[in-house]
Amino acid sequence: MANIILEMRNITKEFPGVKALEEVKLKVKAGEIHALCGENGAGKSTLMKVLSGVYPYGTYSGDILFQNEICEFKNIKQSEELGIVIIHQELALVPELTIAENLFLGNEIVNNGVINWNETFLRAKALLQKVGLKESPNVKVSEIGVGKQQLVEIAKALSKDVKLLILDEPTASLNEDDSENLLNLLLEFKNQGMSAIIISHKLNEIEKVADSITILRDGKTIETLDVKNDQVDENRIIKGMVGRDLTNRYPERIPKIGEIVFEVKDWIVYHPKHIDRKVIDNVSITIRKGEIVGIAGLMGAGRTELAMSLFGRAYGKNITGNIVKNGKELKFKDVASAINNGLAYVSEDRKGDGLILMEDIKQNITLATLDRISKRSVLNKNQEIKVAEEYRQKFRIKTPSVFQKAGNLSGGNQQKIVLSKWVFSEPDILILDEPTRGIDVGSKYEIYTIINELVKEGKSILMISSELPELLGMCDRIYVMNEGRITGEVLKEEADQEKLMKYMTKSKVRG
Amino acid sequence: MQSPLKTNQIGSQKNNSSKSLFQINFRQYSMIIALVFIMVFFQIITDGLLLKPLNITNLILQNSYILVLAVGMLLVIVTGHIDLSVGSVAAFVGAISAIMMVNYEMSPFLAIVISLVLGAVIGAWQGFWIAYVRIPAFIVTLAGMLLFRGLTMIVLEGKSIAPFPESFQKISSGFIPDLTSGGSLHLLTILIGIALSIVIIFFQWKNRRNQLKHQFEVQPFGLFVLKLVGMIVILNIFTFVLATYEGIPNILIVLGVLIVIYTFVTNKTKAGRHIYAIGGNEKAALLSGIKTKKMTFMVFVNMGVLSALSGLLFAARLNAATPKAGNLFELDAIAACFIGGASAYGGIGTIPGAIIGGLVMGIMNNGMSLMGLGVDWQQGIKGLVLLAAVAFDIYNKNKAQ
Repeated sequence: MANIILEMRNITKEFPGVKALEEVKLKVKAGEIHALCGENGAGKSTLMKVLSGVYPYGTYSGDILFQNEICEFKNIKQSEELGIVIIHQELALVPELTIAENLFLGNEIVNNGVINWNETFLRAKALLQKVGLKESPNVKVSEIGVGKQQLVEIAKALSKDVKLLILDEPTASLNEDDSENLLNLLLEFKNQGMSAIIISHKLNEIEKVADSITILRDGKTIETLDVKNDQVDENRIIKGMVGRDLTNRYPERIPKIGEIVFEVKDWIVYHPKHIDRKVIDNVSITIRKGEIVGIAGLMGAGRTELAMSLFGRAYGKNITGNIVKNGKELKFKDVASAINNGLAYVSEDRKGDGLILMEDIKQNITLATLDRISKRSVLNKNQEIKVAEEYRQKFRIKTPSVFQKAGNLSGGNQQKIVLSKWVFSEPDILILDEPTRGIDVGSKYEIYTIINELVKEGKSILMISSELPELLGMCDRIYVMNEGRITGEVLKEEADQEKLMKYMTKSKVRG
Repeated sequence: MQSPLKTNQIGSQKNNSSKSLFQINFRQYSMIIALVFIMVFFQIITDGLLLKPLNITNLILQNSYILVLAVGMLLVIVTGHIDLSVGSVAAFVGAISAIMMVNYEMSPFLAIVISLVLGAVIGAWQGFWIAYVRIPAFIVTLAGMLLFRGLTMIVLEGKSIAPFPESFQKISSGFIPDLTSGGSLHLLTILIGIALSIVIIFFQWKNRRNQLKHQFEVQPFGLFVLKLVGMIVILNIFTFVLATYEGIPNILIVLGVLIVIYTFVTNKTKAGRHIYAIGGNEKAALLSGIKTKKMTFMVFVNMGVLSALSGLLFAARLNAATPKAGNLFELDAIAACFIGGASAYGGIGTIPGAIIGGLVMGIMNNGMSLMGLGVDWQQGIKGLVLLAAVAFDIYNKNKAQ
């Protein structure tokens, strides 16, 4: 019936140790909006990077057919020349340049090498009109909001004579009105004959705009749904996204859960830069002794922000709410006081926020608790070596010696160093933020075992994870977050992926 | 089946660690080797003038104020910052001290204390902007460089102030007293050398015993003794040579105490560890409970105090406070740190390294002057040496990865 504008045939892309994409197939009809769905890490972004030439021809296998011709893109420029334009989740605008300058960046309108500003201004104005943005092209990008910046990105794509527009999470950082605007704009372009691929976690949006939906899971194409004929609804999409068979990937544990040890009440946090944006909205949670509590949520749901704001106000402004530990109300004025009161936080980005890569293993392990290896502020280095050696054996960190630099180790071993560091601080409450991200299966199991041992010792764990099976396999209770709020609380017995996913995508209910 | 595999593993591990031990040592010693090479080179080319007792004493006197700055600068660089203002601050504090001691005839002791406090206040001023307002140190201290140079000229009204009281001059030009008057050898100097030797032997021995007690891998006994003997011999030759002239300069005592204290602080204390952590990964340091802002602030306060000390030493040696004092000191101090292996990105560097870097610069200055090379050539060659030293360091690091 309709023409196929893009066909990706059996795309396989491997990274060292991981198969990110396996025989993925994708067909996009001309003039449709095609949604790409899947959990974090399912391979959506990787697939789009293959398509746009970020991963050049030759680093993957399979064929890309665009308008019935095989394409071998070596870089983004080549794919853009054919009219395939991608707009990434993180906007690629230069904040200190004007809208017009941004629109034609790398593509300047020149006469003999000199920029023709009049022409630039006029063409920018026309493009802005197309996307419905009422701003002067001479306004700096830093002076307009995120929603308008997104429109500038789209205008920029239009300036390149786009045939297939790819949007990666276009509404992730937009409020509802801006999202609405953007989606309507997309529908308008569709009526004018443009094709688009949209990646989004917001299933209600997909339902609204998409004509067909391809679902990826674990780097494989699961199915392609036709929205009109297949009677697709959110539940149908969720089922496709999570329906994997669970094998025994989590060590057994018999929970011994005690009293409530940690309680957060009415926690409200504002964005550190955009002071009027509420990042955490009235969150209340409890954690019991010996319990593993999970926090599920999609990217941008506010999970990390919650954890870091609890951890001695390491994130956010104008924080209000109460923290009660063992029946006593506590106020953490900084990270040090949180640590002293028995809190620990294993960060999501272990290389960026967790480790000092240029320092050795032992120094990394002791950094948060130097008091335990020092007397009157003087370090006992022999004791430090002993401590590090102890954790190396206990957590089976694979390294020739504790004098190795942390940067030389693999992801799994680095994560064990971070865990060692925080276990050495003897916390009562250990917050783990994506503890197994980017780690191979074997190390994952070892880390789960460590976590189980910790709760057996009577510690309590708050575990943030984007992998639902991991939460279901490990946690006694799971909170679900979306848009900075707790949208659900599920006990282990009654939890399944569909349920979690439903809460994860549940937007603010009005009225 | 299992046991051969196991032994194999242990064997390969041992191999690995001894290899990395060698690499660490090589990097540590490469600076010392370079220093020795430069010394030998100039010793030959100046027909033995370089290591004459008089010249060695001169070397110490000439370079002390740069080395003091290099110690402070190393901490600044390790935290990932830079301080361009130290020369101007040194000049300003020198000028104020001259006004106090010469114009107002204040006692040198009181004037020195006030000067050091003034240095701390200046450091706090700059540290505030850098640590709390988060203006890049390059800009804050560039402003400081202009500001304090300007203030120096204002308070001196463009003229020099001299002379200082004799007791003040003695800091930079005097020598420790001798036990016996007369005699060609300075006896106390030799005794100090011997006493230090005993202290070194004691600590090295204790350290080794401790490591053995914890069953750590230690150097083979032969190598340990050889190293220790080497250190002791060099130390005592050094004090003996000084003794054949006028003995240990006062300033060397000041410098020695500073080096020992700061090496200890950077190596063996929580504060030192925090400084390295901030330079290595500020966010990780913050999330480990380190008060990163306060620590950065304190590093600049410390730099201010040491700049003040450097200014006093220079004024005492020159026996005058001049508007031009301390010109380009900051660049010598920064160069010393980088030649000594500090990383421009922060997190890496040692006090002994910075001192060796300072000595490399100092000996090159001195050696080239003895050769009769003009300042023009000296500048150019120093520039190339700085570039070569850092390039060598980066080449090594890349190779290691």
